[in-house]
Amino acid sequence: MGKTIQIQPVTRIEGHARVVIQLDDAGEVNDTRVHVMALRGFEKFAEGRPVEEMPRIVNRICGICPWNHHLASVKATDKVFGVELPPTAVKLRRMAQHLAWIPDKLLHFYFLAAPDFVIGPDADPSVRNVIGIVGAAPDLARKVVHLRQKGAMLLEDWLGKVIHPVAAVTGGFSTPLAAAIQQRIIEETKEQLEFAQFTIKFAKENVFPKYLDTVKILGNFDSGFLGTVTADGTWDIYDGKLRLMKRDGSYDDFTYEQYSDYLEEHVEGWSYVKMPYAKKWGEGFSMDLAAPKGIYRANCLARINVCDRMPTPLAQKELEEFRAAFGRPAQFTLLYHWARLIELVANCEMALQLAQDPAILSKDVRAQVTPKAGRGVGCVEAPRGTLIHDYTGDGEGFITNANLIVGSTHNQAPINMSVNAAAKALIHGGVVNQGLLNKVEMAVRAYDP
Amino acid sequence: MAVRVVSEWLSSCSGCEISILNLGDVILDLIPAKLQLVHIPALVDSKYFGPNGDGTHLTLPECEVGIISGGVRNEEQKEVALELRKKCKFLIALGTCATNGGIPAQANAWDNADVLNKVFKGSITTPPAETPTQVVPKLLDRVYALDEIPGLKVDIYLPGCPPHPDWIAAAILALLDGKTEFKLPERSVCDTCQVIREKKAAGGANIKRSLTNATFEAEEPIQKMRCLMEQGFLCLGPVTLAGCAGKEGNPRCIDARMPCRGCFGPIKKTSNPLVDMMGALTSVGINPQSVPDRRLILNRFIGAHNKLRPLPQRPGMPGPR
Repeated sequence: MGKTIQIQPVTRIEGHARVVIQLDDAGEVNDTRVHVMALRGFEKFAEGRPVEEMPRIVNRICGICPWNHHLASVKATDKVFGVELPPTAVKLRRMAQHLAWIPDKLLHFYFLAAPDFVIGPDADPSVRNVIGIVGAAPDLARKVVHLRQKGAMLLEDWLGKVIHPVAAVTGGFSTPLAAAIQQRIIEETKEQLEFAQFTIKFAKENVFPKYLDTVKILGNFDSGFLGTVTADGTWDIYDGKLRLMKRDGSYDDFTYEQYSDYLEEHVEGWSYVKMPYAKKWGEGFSMDLAAPKGIYRANCLARINVCDRMPTPLAQKELEEFRAAFGRPAQFTLLYHWARLIELVANCEMALQLAQDPAILSKDVRAQVTPKAGRGVGCVEAPRGTLIHDYTGDGEGFITNANLIVGSTHNQAPINMSVNAAAKALIHGGVVNQGLLNKVEMAVRAYDP
Repeated sequence: MAVRVVSEWLSSCSGCEISILNLGDVILDLIPAKLQLVHIPALVDSKYFGPNGDGTHLTLPECEVGIISGGVRNEEQKEVALELRKKCKFLIALGTCATNGGIPAQANAWDNADVLNKVFKGSITTPPAETPTQVVPKLLDRVYALDEIPGLKVDIYLPGCPPHPDWIAAAILALLDGKTEFKLPERSVCDTCQVIREKKAAGGANIKRSLTNATFEAEEPIQKMRCLMEQGFLCLGPVTLAGCAGKEGNPRCIDARMPCRGCFGPIKKTSNPLVDMMGALTSVGINPQSVPDRRLILNRFIGAHNKLRPLPQRPGMPGPR
């Protein structure tokens, strides 16, 4: 008789998932599945809502990255009503997004991922967590707690709410930036940038080298990648075009509105989350590790792979070092952790640039908005992947149809495959223990779902 | 001995858990001597089916304090919530999804079949498929607040989307202190709002949609801005429990110069926000009938407790309005 192992909840991730591993009579891995157990139905209850209310509703899709849903949504509403934004409104939205990413990256690296690397993947689960980190490196942990909280409170003091924001509005921004807050953003972002540089250096010297062997075996397979770049191919998280890269590194660029020509969503009978794949490649969908079909990945490693360059000097230097070591596209799943820290540096640099732009203080932050019938596709990058919000509105400005493809959804099939690969590499002869199972979870955690 | 905490999230977004993290130093000072987080999926590796994944029943550890965020949307969430109720002495409902259904309870205005058909059969990027049924838990008929589930008694209500860290800290410290009760003060958002009020609408008789910015000077403090409802915008401040800014401070959305949408839920359990809001609008000379999408907007965060339910659709309308 075979045996079934259930890992639930998958911990130190954001969502609700169950991993099931089926062992055969010999105790070898027969099959694995990652079941997503929850469904809320935002696309349905969007219907009938005033278009301009959407950014205040769909931010509740995710409490870790509400800013990104807020912004993807507001961009879709701008397009439904056909509004051109004042330049400063775009800068303010961008600055808010870059600032929101900083605490998010610190949270994932230090609180969610680091326990596996600093405390150890096989360590006692009761200490393999952020509290264990506090015990092992109290000064560093306190500093992270402070800076993460400070980053969050900066946004709250500037724009009211940091979790479930309200300040991005159809046609622009709800309020101009006050000079006093601008100065605070500049000062505090300098501090964040300094700590970001420390963090990536610390990780490259003390964390990544110890795990290079694990990186090579844990949850790997070759996939394509999806991310956002500017017109000239530079990394961007707020605006640009979508780039879908194939396994061989060749790619297609397309506009937001074309997303449905390139992507389709596959439904499995055992998970509430749909699995997007690259319809455009014409090969269909398969999660077979030996011959995957249509499988691409999103999130930081994808963005680092699809971009031609980073927008800022320190991040560009990090990208060059990363590419020299791992090539383009880099495929090892645990490299997500490294790519995440390159983006941490980029976000600090970008936020600082925007805060120092004299135009950021302009009072012209909202365009005239008149409801009309139309369709709009709004995209931004969330830390966990590309957000696609596609709304259609009627003549009075109420939603008639909404289609959403969101961050972690893109990585559902890849997460299933990484778990499959990790379980098959690690579990043999029926030997199962919490350390091994945690390593299987590490393959999920890399994606920060 | 340290107080053991077990925290679970149901139909939710994890914003409440980020709010716990935003406690910062407060929580660091309590852990581990006074407070022990024995199970919190976002942070700690504790499993329903044991560390080796071979258990057959969903099990949570014993604890003094249970915390649940999220409403109850499916059979498994119900099982988790009842298991935690069994294992804890005090149960905290954290966040408006747990206390009143929250945004996910907007779905209560539709039948499940409508919701599932939209997701699996009505999306332009999804070839029509059957609703998944293997392993995934069955949906309940609607979204429930915790206290609607038989046997799921809630001891402490901490609403908010998200709840402010001040209140989470205050509730935990009260329990550590041996108290058995904690309640947010029963004040409205307007009671704590520092804008200028003249008790009459500045504009016409119809409500303004959020299509223009409020009138204010960016460099001036909030005390110099006219009340948003008196400026003609729909603001749910009069019928919403205060506390979004913590123990003190101006309401958060108003600080961003945006009207309140009611994320802390009703001021009292017995109040009727829909009726009260109609009165509040009338009192400043705004026609309540002019509020667009009235039923769902006034119940945006409180769709549980049968506040929202499917209504027969009018022909040609895309959905409940």
